[in-house]
Parts: sequence; structure tokens; C-alpha cells
Amino acid sequence: MNYNKEFDNNTEISWCPGCGNFGILNALKISFTELDLSPKDILVVSGIGQAAKTPHFINVNGFNGLHGRGLPSALGAKSVNKSLKVIVTSGDGDSYGEGGNHLIHNIRRNIDITHLVHNNQIYGLTKGQGSPTTAMGQSTTLQSDGMKVDPINPISTAIALGCSFVARSFSGDINHLKEMIKAGINHKGYALIDILQPCVTFNRINTFKWYKDRIYYLDSEYDPFNKLKAFEKSLEWDDNIPLGIIYKEEKIEFLDRFPHLKGKKSLVDKSLDPKEAEQFIEEFI
Amino acid sequence: MATDIKLFNSNDENAWCPGCGNFGILNSLKKAFSELDLLPHQILISSGIGQAAKTPHYINVNGFNGLHGRSLPPALGAKIANKDLKILVTSGDGDTYGEGGNHFIHNIRRNLDITHLVHDNQIYGLTKGQGSPTTAKGQVTTMQLDGVRVDPFNPLATAITMGATFVARSFSGDVNHLAHLIQEGMKHEGYALIDILQPCVTFNKVNTFKWYKDRIYKLDENYDPTNKMEAYKKANEWGDEGIPIGILYRNEDATSFVDRIPHLRDGKPLVDREWKPLDAKKFMEDFR
Amino acid sequence: MNYNILIGGAAGQGVATTGKILESILKRKGYFVFTNKDYMSRVRGGHNFTQIRFGNDELYSHNSDLDIILAFNKETIINHSSRLKDNGIIICDYNIDTDNYTVNKLPLIETAKDVGNAKVFTSVAIGAILKAFDIEVNNTTNLLNKFFKDENLINLNYAALVRGYDMFKNVFTVSEPKLINKDTISINGNQAIALGALAGGVTFYSAYPMAPSTGIMKYLYSKSNSMNILVEQAEDEIAAINMAIGASYAGARSMTASSGGGFSLMVEGLGLAAITETPLVVVNVQRPGPATGLPTRTAQGDLGFVINSSQDDLPLMVISLKNHQDAFYQTIRALNLADKYQLLVIILSDQYLADSSSTIEKFNFDDIKIDRNIAKKNNCKYSDTYKRYEYTDDGISPRLIPGNHNNITVLADSHEHNEYGNIDESKKNRINMMDKRMNKIKLVKKDLIEPEYYGMNNPETLLVAWGSSEGSIKEALELLSKENVSIGALVFGDIWPLPIKKMIQYSNIAKTIISVEHNHSNQLAKLISQELQIKFTDNINKYDGRQFSGYELYKSIKEVL
Repeated sequence: MNYNKEFDNNTEISWCPGCGNFGILNALKISFTELDLSPKDILVVSGIGQAAKTPHFINVNGFNGLHGRGLPSALGAKSVNKSLKVIVTSGDGDSYGEGGNHLIHNIRRNIDITHLVHNNQIYGLTKGQGSPTTAMGQSTTLQSDGMKVDPINPISTAIALGCSFVARSFSGDINHLKEMIKAGINHKGYALIDILQPCVTFNRINTFKWYKDRIYYLDSEYDPFNKLKAFEKSLEWDDNIPLGIIYKEEKIEFLDRFPHLKGKKSLVDKSLDPKEAEQFIEEFI
Repeated sequence: MATDIKLFNSNDENAWCPGCGNFGILNSLKKAFSELDLLPHQILISSGIGQAAKTPHYINVNGFNGLHGRSLPPALGAKIANKDLKILVTSGDGDTYGEGGNHFIHNIRRNLDITHLVHDNQIYGLTKGQGSPTTAKGQVTTMQLDGVRVDPFNPLATAITMGATFVARSFSGDVNHLAHLIQEGMKHEGYALIDILQPCVTFNKVNTFKWYKDRIYKLDENYDPTNKMEAYKKANEWGDEGIPIGILYRNEDATSFVDRIPHLRDGKPLVDREWKPLDAKKFMEDFR
Repeated sequence: MNYNILIGGAAGQGVATTGKILESILKRKGYFVFTNKDYMSRVRGGHNFTQIRFGNDELYSHNSDLDIILAFNKETIINHSSRLKDNGIIICDYNIDTDNYTVNKLPLIETAKDVGNAKVFTSVAIGAILKAFDIEVNNTTNLLNKFFKDENLINLNYAALVRGYDMFKNVFTVSEPKLINKDTISINGNQAIALGALAGGVTFYSAYPMAPSTGIMKYLYSKSNSMNILVEQAEDEIAAINMAIGASYAGARSMTASSGGGFSLMVEGLGLAAITETPLVVVNVQRPGPATGLPTRTAQGDLGFVINSSQDDLPLMVISLKNHQDAFYQTIRALNLADKYQLLVIILSDQYLADSSSTIEKFNFDDIKIDRNIAKKNNCKYSDTYKRYEYTDDGISPRLIPGNHNNITVLADSHEHNEYGNIDESKKNRINMMDKRMNKIKLVKKDLIEPEYYGMNNPETLLVAWGSSEGSIKEALELLSKENVSIGALVFGDIWPLPIKKMIQYSNIAKTIISVEHNHSNQLAKLISQELQIKFTDNINKYDGRQFSGYELYKSIKEVL
């Protein structure tokens, strides 16, 4: 699969050879190409972590902010410039751990952002501690006697919270992943794509093979609009892991909820006139 | 056997509005403690900031009134230091699901043996009436004059999804029901969430005593709280179709956090152990 | 001539609204009015009061000595009667059980019921107060419609005012008001900041409810539709500041505010704004701490914290607000300086300023300039590669907005980065980037406003203060000047980087230097000592959560002199 080379940049990539992140990076570039987007119209926002380095490795607008805080910065940017396609790329620790509260509350907002969680079920950059998605009992470089807390199930959580687009993909299947990313970008609302992404250095359990042996694809029979079915589906793990759009819901987008912003220019293009505020002085006389 | 309920009375002047739903919760707490035959020194209530979070001042038990949104982390610390304490958290919907949302999620994963009472009045009370995480979309508040624009948070569905082992809902207007649920939550060996419908008589003119009373119904003995899918369905019932109260989900098979750590599980509480600096000396060998 | 009225009662009894109505009437009658609120962190009960001071000279602070106490409960009489002047009076409803013989018990509630609604007893009381000063109640209906939407309620309240006026007697003499038909406004500190933000072009504001800063969000939200801007209530303060930074990166003027612990939670975000060189204005409405402290009280305890509020060194500017005029104009200036230097600017307000209102000259919107320092859409010198952190002579890199220019992408980064915004850990790059950012401190020094000096030309004693202490300083100096005390005061508005010229000048003149601060550890004095090696002779501190009144401060100064 080819992509438009204008998305390449010259930065040296600091991911480990064989890292699942490469597949996600390629899928992003292919998705942008197939959607006929140009670099200036895209903004990739991230937090901190290996996944969060993505904005450095692709030529689009980038905002590499603080650990756990990708979503709020993305919300700020999208709120003031709705013509930007805003993508958040961050890991499981960043999105579900440090930034867990922002995940919950941005689902409530349904802002038109596509959130890619590079879920390798481990903390990579900090060298192998358990992440929110590490399995209970799994040994890590820190939890040498096994994890003592239950993993978070991001898919069922997002569904329970009323997320309007919930999908899962796999970094080892670029074809599937780019279709999910395109569907997520085309979805008008908050789209969560949890991406199974092997960490070749620190997670020796959830390897490429481990995922490949378990994943299966949702077929056309599957109805992503049925919330209870989707919830049931989201609980599947261990031996069978479904990939695809697990849940979808028609829901009004965040910025469309403000009648005074609807149909208007983006806020960045608003002309600023101090005199416009003078009308309010009457209240203080 | 029951302890004298008056033991739990505090002399601090109460700052809640007359008629506030918090009074029902306070009375239920005292009733539950008394009926469980507990004494004030055996209990700790941890809270954040908000009207609900003032509870530790109004009841004579150990209290830790900490920071906004941060009631759960100190409760975790205290439980690990002294597993013999009965620990409860009392805080509001803004404190627990808004500012402290991340602690809410991650403490469910730990299944620590504490009982978490969320005084859910669907509004920010202390800061005078802004929309909270559980305020209905479209509801007008003192700030959101044209209606809240975000969807409400469903605490019960979220908790069940996250794997919480005890998920219940009660109503501050029904002290017997609530006191019973508090007792059940405290008997449960793990994290128990009790979301309490609590009218705010000053700032929430929609979700009034009457509004709740007209909609709530009690789950009966035919309801099976161990069925997760059924519980999830129940958790999604809200509004005019009826609001179920009672224990929606219960899983007594899960191991609580302290029991997952053998050296905490076996032996005395950490506060009662003797610590000898010399015990650490053996690790010097590793650095030679 | 100036008089002082206290209205007290439990939370929820209408103390604040009654105060607002009386304040508005007095202001529209042509007097200078200064109102401050003292309230508890609770919604009902407790003891709250509003103090209204009015007169024919400009007023800068409240006064402790009372001419009238309007008591809605017994507690108000017990708590405040000791502050009543010899000829002062107490007014309350005749059902309030008190043995204080000076009390004027009036049938406030009974009259209100007779008018048609027991709730309008507060307007009966206002009418009685107006009679005490012989200020007529006519022409007040057009004012009441500011407070009540319902025509019936307006009429009821007006009727109540008249009945109250008719039932009482004249006690005090007032001179003819000076401000009739003058262009004045009455505004509190939070509203003035918010209005400044609107005039200054803020299009995105995110915050979390936190007393005493919440009023800024509430005011902005109420204007968001008509101004076509977005005000978002965030899930927590961390989200609030990161949202504001995202919006600013994307090109909108954005702002956030908080108080106490909420501001503490924003600290990592302050560093983010600084290292990404994203312009940002953050308002910290100070309250006593640490942690939850006293949520609805006042303090100037955050100066030391705020100028160092990040890991490692960061460039930032700190402006403290001296008064209500400042709250408006300095907010606009902060927004412009933030854009000019791609800088973090922190505004320090406090609960006293936030919740007090003052009669001041109407704001001038005609001369306000908005200077963004951003290239216009599709009009920049770059054809493809743009370096967000390009080295320039003064270190300020040209700022472009993502999406605005063909073939241009904008990369901002929280790590140490190179000119392109890419992570760079090399020693040379680190030094260059630190120098580039820290140079902003030097640049902004050119824009600094020196502290305001009040007092005699060659003072023997110099007072040094900052922020909202200005009001009580000015009144204390007036009292001292009547006694020919050789004294003056420097009041800092801009506070970091520290303006030093006047401080050096006056420290060479004065024999005694005394700091006046609403904190425990003389934070400004310490800062000045650190920067200028100037020694302070004495320190006057107040950290009980309340503001010095002019007279109180006058007495404190006399004690140390």
C-alpha cells in the first residue's frame, strides 16, 4: 500500500526495531492519503510515551503535550478550529491511566476527534511496569510477583459511557487498521480506536503471535448499533478477541451543541473587536 | 446487639441547608454503624471537598477531610496501613465522578475493601449550582443557562463495566433502605459503591424528593444481582421508565486488594508491626 | 462625608441581593460606593454579611466602623454591634429577639406581607435605610428591573421600598451627591477581569468551579452566546489548562482561572505553556491555603509559589491586580503581552478584589488594541518548511497557526526540542533553547510598569505593598498625612520580573522600610531583598483571611512607627 510521501519527515525514529508502532504510523499515512487530506489540515495531538512520539515522525501539524493530557489539548484545538482533522495518538498508560478522567469526560462531550490508543498492555518508555491493561497476575519489570489489580476493559468502558464510535484493531494488520482509522475520521463525533500493539521489548506475553492466534474479525452480520450486544461482545477476550467497529451510536457532536457556533466560522477566524464587549457595560451603570 | 447510636453524634454545627438530602445519609450512616455494633474508633470516614464531603465533621468517628476529588487515594493509604479499620468514603458526584474520576476508575480495579457513598444530587452544591457529571443533558443550571451540553455520566453502568464487585443505588429519603445497603456494603469484602440519590433543595429544582419518589422502585428478591448482563441492563434504566434502587450487582468471589498481597493479608495491620532498621541491613549485600 | 452600612444574616436570607440593590440605588443617586462581602463556604445558615460604604469621595476599601447595621438575624447584632459608632443605629424586624436597647425594631415582614409577599421585607428594610439618610426612593423602578424580571415583583419591591421609607425617620445628614450624570460603573473584580477578557479577544475559556474564581467563568459563560465564544466547564483543573493551551496553540486567544488547590493542579500545564511557547493567561484568584484552607476568604499568599510554579526555570510574567480598573485593563494587557512574547502571564487577584465592587470611571473601549503577533492566513514568508522554534535576534520565533498556510505544518512539543519542534537531547541545543526562552524575561522588562507611589515627596518611612492592598494603603496614608507623618508607599502591580527603579530610588530616600502584605512570610519583601539586597525595617502582616481596612492598617502602621 502506498501513501503520499509528503507525510514523511526526516526525523530519526526512536522506536525499537519491530515495534508495533510502525504499523500504526504507516496506517495513519495511508489513511490520510486515501482520505485525500493534506498535511496542513491534520493535527496529531499526543501525551507522553512511546506512542505519543508519533507527531514527531509524521509531517502533519503536531502537538506533543503532557503525559495523560492529549485529549484536553486536542479538545481546545478542535474547539477553536473545526476545519482541522484532529487525531490523538497515545498509549494505554497515557490514555487509560494518567489521562483516565479525560477519557471519561470527553466521551460525554462527543467532540469530533479520533483517538488512537496504542495499547501494548505495558509501560514501554518507563521500562516495563504494569499498565492499566496489563493482565492480572502478569509479571512485569516492577511487579515481579504479578499484577495485583484487574485490567481495565477500554472497549466495554467506552460503551458504558456512551461513546459514539468504539473500535478495536491490530497494528499487525495495516489494511484493517487503516479502514478503522478512516471510519473513525469520517465519524462525526468522538471515535475511540483501541489498537492491539505488541511491545517487543517489555511485554513477552502479548506478542504478535499471541494476538494473531486470538483475533477474529466482526463480519457484516454484526450490528454495531445494538448496545447490549456490543457490551457482550466487548467482554470477549482471552481466547477470542473481536476486531472491528464494536459499537456505534448516532449522537450530536459537541460543537454542534452550541447553536451560536453552528454554521459560523471557526473561532480562530473570528475577528476580534474590543468594542463588541462594550454593550455589556450597561449592566454595571 | 447494637451500639448506642448517640455515640456517633458530633457537636459541630451543621452547615447543610434545611431539608438537604445529606441529613438522611448522615442518619443512615449512624444507624448502620450502630446496628453493626461498631464503636466510633473502629471507623474512618474519608472525604474530599463539597457539601457531602463535610460529613466527617458531623459524625463522631475518625475522619479525614482531604482535597477535592481525592477522597479515595487517602482512604486506600489508610486501609493499607490499618486493615482493621472500617473505612468509608463520603463525597459528592462532582468530587467523585468529576474531579476524582480517575481515582474512581482505578480503585475499582483494586477492589480495596472500602465502602464508597456518593451523595449524588446531580449538581454542584457548594460552588452554587453548576452542572455536575450526573446533571441531565439540557438541564438549566445557575451557570449553564441554556442547558448542560454534555451527556450525563452513568456511574452504575461504568462501575459494573469496570468490574466493581458491589454496585448499589439508594435514596436519601429512605433511611431504612439506605442504612441496610450501607451495612451490606460494609460487610462486602471489597470495594462497594453506593450511589445515593440525594435531592439538593437549593440548586436542583428538577431532581426533587418528589421527582425521585415518583420514579424509584426497589429491586425485589426475584432479581439476581450476580448476573452481570442483567445488572448492566438495570444500570441503564433511568428517568421516567423507573429508577431501580437496591444492590444491582454483587460478586463475592473476587479477592480484595489487601488479600491479593500475601504479606499484607497474613499478619497484623502494618501500623501494629514493629519496624527494625536492622531488617534492611541485609540488602547492603546487594551493593557490594 | 462617608457612611458605612452592614447587612448581615444567614446564608440564603438574601443578604447579597439586598446589598446589591442598596448599592445600586446609592450609586445611581450619585455617590461613590464600595461594597465588600464576607461569607462562609456554605449555602444556607452560618453568618454572612455585606458592607456598603458610600460617600462623596472616591473609596478604596471597606471601613470597620458602622453607621447602620441591618440585621436579618440575632447573630448579626451580637457579632457586629461593638463596631457601631456612638450615633449608629441597628435596624431589624420586630420579631427578632434582642435586648440591645439601641435597636430599631420595625415591622419589616408584616409590612412585606401586607404589600403582598413576605419575601420583599428586604426592600422594606432598604426603604427604611434610605429614609435614615433622607435619600428619596423615587426613580428606582428602572433599577429594580436589573434584579427582577417579573413586572409584578418589580412593583411589589417598589411598593415595599416606599412603605419602608415612610415608616422610618431621618437620622443622618448627607451632602448633595457629586456623581450625578457622570459616567461611572460599579463592578466587582471577577466581573472586571471577565469583561477585560471579552474586550481583549478571549475566544476560548476553560475552567473548573473553584471559589473565589468561579465568578469569572460564570460571567463569561453568560456572554458566550452573544460574543460567539466557547466557555467550557472542564472535568478538572488539569483538563482546564491543557484545553486552554490546545486552543491557544491552534490560534485562539484563550484563558483559564482558578484558586487555591485548583491552581496548584495546573502547575504542570504552566510549564507546558512555557516550553511550547504557547501564549497563555492564567488568573489565580488567591484564597488562604494551603490545601483547601479558607475557600471564601482572602489572602496574598501565593506570590512566592507563583513565580516559581514549575519544575526548573521558566519564563513567565506575573501581574498583580491593585484595583477594579486594573482588573479590566491589566487583563487586556496580559493577553497582549502573552501574544507579543509567546509568554505565560499569570494574573494574581484575590477574594477581596473578586467579591468587592467599587464605583469607578466607565471603562474606555475605544483605545484598546488587540495585537496578536501572528501572520495572516496564507500570508507568510515560508514556502514549505516552517520552524516553530526558529532562532531569531530576540528569540521570539514567528508564530503560525496550524491549518492556515498551504504546505506548512506546525509542531509544538513539551520535551526539550530543536527549532523544528522535534525532540533533541543534545547539550548545545538544550543551552540554546533555554537561553532563547529565558531571554523573554529580559524582553518583558521593557514593558514593565513601575509600582505606583503614593505619599510625600521625601518620605522618612516607605511602605511597600502589592495588589489589592492598594486600597487600604491609600486610605491609611490619607489618615497619616493629616498627622503630618512623613510617609509614602510603593504599591506593586507588575511583580515578576520585579520592576526595580522606583524601589531603588525610594529605598535610598526612606530611613525606614516596612512591608504590608496579606500573608505570613512577607513574600514581596523577601523577593525584593533577594533581588535588590534591600533590608526591610519591619513587616506588617495580616493572614486571618480578611483584608485590612484603611483604618485598621493606619493603626498597625502607628504601632510599628
